[in-house]
Amino acid sequence: MMSGAAMVVRALKDSGVTHVFGYPGGAVLDIYDALYAQDDVKHVLVRHEQAAAHMADGYARSTGQTGTVLVTSGPGATNTITGIATAYMDSIPMVVLSGQVPSMHIGEDAFQECDMVGCSRPIVKHSFLVKRAVDIPMAIAKAYYIANTGRPGPVVVDLPKDIVNILEEHPYEYPTDVTMRSYNPTLKGHNKQIKKTVETLLAAKRPVLYVGGGAITSEANELVTTLAEKLNAPVTSTLMGLGAFSGVHEQFVGMLGMHGTLEANKTMHNADCIFALGARFDDRVTNNVAKFCPHATIIHVDIDPASISKTVAVHVPIVGSVDKVLQQVLAQLENKDLSSQKEKLEDWWEQINQWRSRKCLDYQTSDELIKPQEVIESVYKHTKGEAYVSSDVGQHQMFAALYYPFAKPRRWINSGGLGTMGFGLPAAMGVQMALPEAVSVVVTGDGSIQMNIQELSTCLQYNLPIKIISLNNRALGMVRQWQDMIYKGRHSNSYMDSMPDFVKLAESYGHVGIKVNHPSELDAAMERCFSLKDRLVFMDIAIDQNEHVYPMQIKFGAMDDMRLSKTERT
Amino acid sequence: MRRIISVLMENEPGALSRIVGVFSQRGYNVDSLCVSPTTDSSLSRLTIVTHGNDKIIEQITKQMNKLIDVLKVADLTEGSHVERELMLIKVSAKSDSVRSEVNRTVDIFRAQIVDVNAKNYTIQITGTSDKLDAFAQAMAEYTEVIESSRTGACGLARGDKALRL
Repeated sequence: MMSGAAMVVRALKDSGVTHVFGYPGGAVLDIYDALYAQDDVKHVLVRHEQAAAHMADGYARSTGQTGTVLVTSGPGATNTITGIATAYMDSIPMVVLSGQVPSMHIGEDAFQECDMVGCSRPIVKHSFLVKRAVDIPMAIAKAYYIANTGRPGPVVVDLPKDIVNILEEHPYEYPTDVTMRSYNPTLKGHNKQIKKTVETLLAAKRPVLYVGGGAITSEANELVTTLAEKLNAPVTSTLMGLGAFSGVHEQFVGMLGMHGTLEANKTMHNADCIFALGARFDDRVTNNVAKFCPHATIIHVDIDPASISKTVAVHVPIVGSVDKVLQQVLAQLENKDLSSQKEKLEDWWEQINQWRSRKCLDYQTSDELIKPQEVIESVYKHTKGEAYVSSDVGQHQMFAALYYPFAKPRRWINSGGLGTMGFGLPAAMGVQMALPEAVSVVVTGDGSIQMNIQELSTCLQYNLPIKIISLNNRALGMVRQWQDMIYKGRHSNSYMDSMPDFVKLAESYGHVGIKVNHPSELDAAMERCFSLKDRLVFMDIAIDQNEHVYPMQIKFGAMDDMRLSKTERT
Repeated sequence: MRRIISVLMENEPGALSRIVGVFSQRGYNVDSLCVSPTTDSSLSRLTIVTHGNDKIIEQITKQMNKLIDVLKVADLTEGSHVERELMLIKVSAKSDSVRSEVNRTVDIFRAQIVDVNAKNYTIQITGTSDKLDAFAQAMAEYTEVIESSRTGACGLARGDKALRL
């Protein structure tokens, strides 16, 4: 027998939860009281509930484990909405426990009442409003099961205050097995489709593997590598898939899409066979769908049937998880003679290498101004490419994606789908909580960092030695870039007129701040930053304000219609 | 093209709002919606009449199926099916001539008068949505239609096909 509140905490433990990111308030005080009485589940006190959701998200992305959030009713719950939507768009497993006013007051506009199940409905995989204390263990067990199976996503569990009352005790029974008759994700691909896939791949003269976040979710990175090497095929990756195939592998042609490399987009556009693995053909990849890859037979593996043929009609749809399907494909390839692949794709590689020789990521350095690209390269050098890099959203995000090649999965943590500014710092904190020994870096900008900067206080409380690399261009860089390109340089509200002194700010929170103004100071400053292993370091790096992110797709064009610099186009 | 989508789902609170939510958030059309528990009280059955091209209907079906509470989804219009809708319609019936005209039309359409007072008739009619439209139009030609209420179509596939566990 135990109280509803104790059941919540116990069910978290029984679901394998180690960390809960949260903030207390009236409706969850009973649960907080139950947390106080135990050591199994560690609670991390944030400064804003949005950050709690992003921390749980970073925790989930870096480990594959479900992240957990605990917030109070009303504003506590609504503050997590952006974080939930972020996780939903990127298919990140997360469980959000929200307090609710007592059952008998639901619908009365009670103090701090908000219909959380209703508010979050369009951005959750599922949600529960628990009505009886005895239902708590099953609701929580189901929440974790749903969040981290199939296509993962956030699940909300709304808990009215009366059912978690510490003064009323009920029998506790955690389910040994969770099965739901209405929820059974398909993992293995249909055999006929697998056969067709193998035939298509072997017949292809210009194949490409197009790898997305699903390859990371299903831990299929080694299988992707094996297949790519067997076929001798080029590999490109979405923003979400970076690291599923090594960024330093010679068959990697770079990220594709709006800010993809020239060679990745050219390879896609000219391919005769595209093998899409856990990617969803979103608008930031395809550019104009009507002009998308006209020569290709498209094979699409996705665990979510609704992602298949949603934007681009595919020829061989396969519902299943990337790892299971790749195992099936590789098993069929076992008996095939692949010795001719090298020779067969020789012309294709020659063509690709010609696109590569354009060196689309080269940029002009300067003696006076620090270029954002060289900052990322410096971070790469000083972390030996081994860091967990969390990013905010904007130009710095694209620079990080392009100039920090990830050799391993789960090292690149960014809000790809929703594009949430303010994501980076709390996400990096979640990473550091999950992996205390890891080097957790945030690449951010002067705009994004100010959207959750209050978490510097949480970092001090929990001694999180995060390295914040802030590319400070005194402007909202990506907005400014679009204004330069499309709005004739009219910089409407994209500048920051009253920047704080970030060094002093970091110091006031008890951290180390380093200001870098000149290219000649960069290397030494970075050296110092990463040598301070047990301190949070805020690197405020003044970069060239006028730098744009290139390459960039030209709107309404095909995948490979791109601007390569301010003056050059394909 | 008009489609009838039939959905079998858990009879849970909030399940209906998830279905309706998918339609509004993804910009699909709902022409009518009919929902009630089935003979198995743990299940609800929904019939949604919608329209759209094949691509949109495919997405609607997939997005419905993706909802955790949904067990089965079928597009009834893919095969032969039976569909029925019920309408209650209240019409003005003040003079003998109008009353006899209304009566005759009720007979022709095999409708039933279910309530009468000095000034009006309330009529019940079942059939396909088309038939109900035609009846309402015929009524409007003879007299004033005071109000009407329709259930929206519900349907089942013909023959052995069934939406069940």
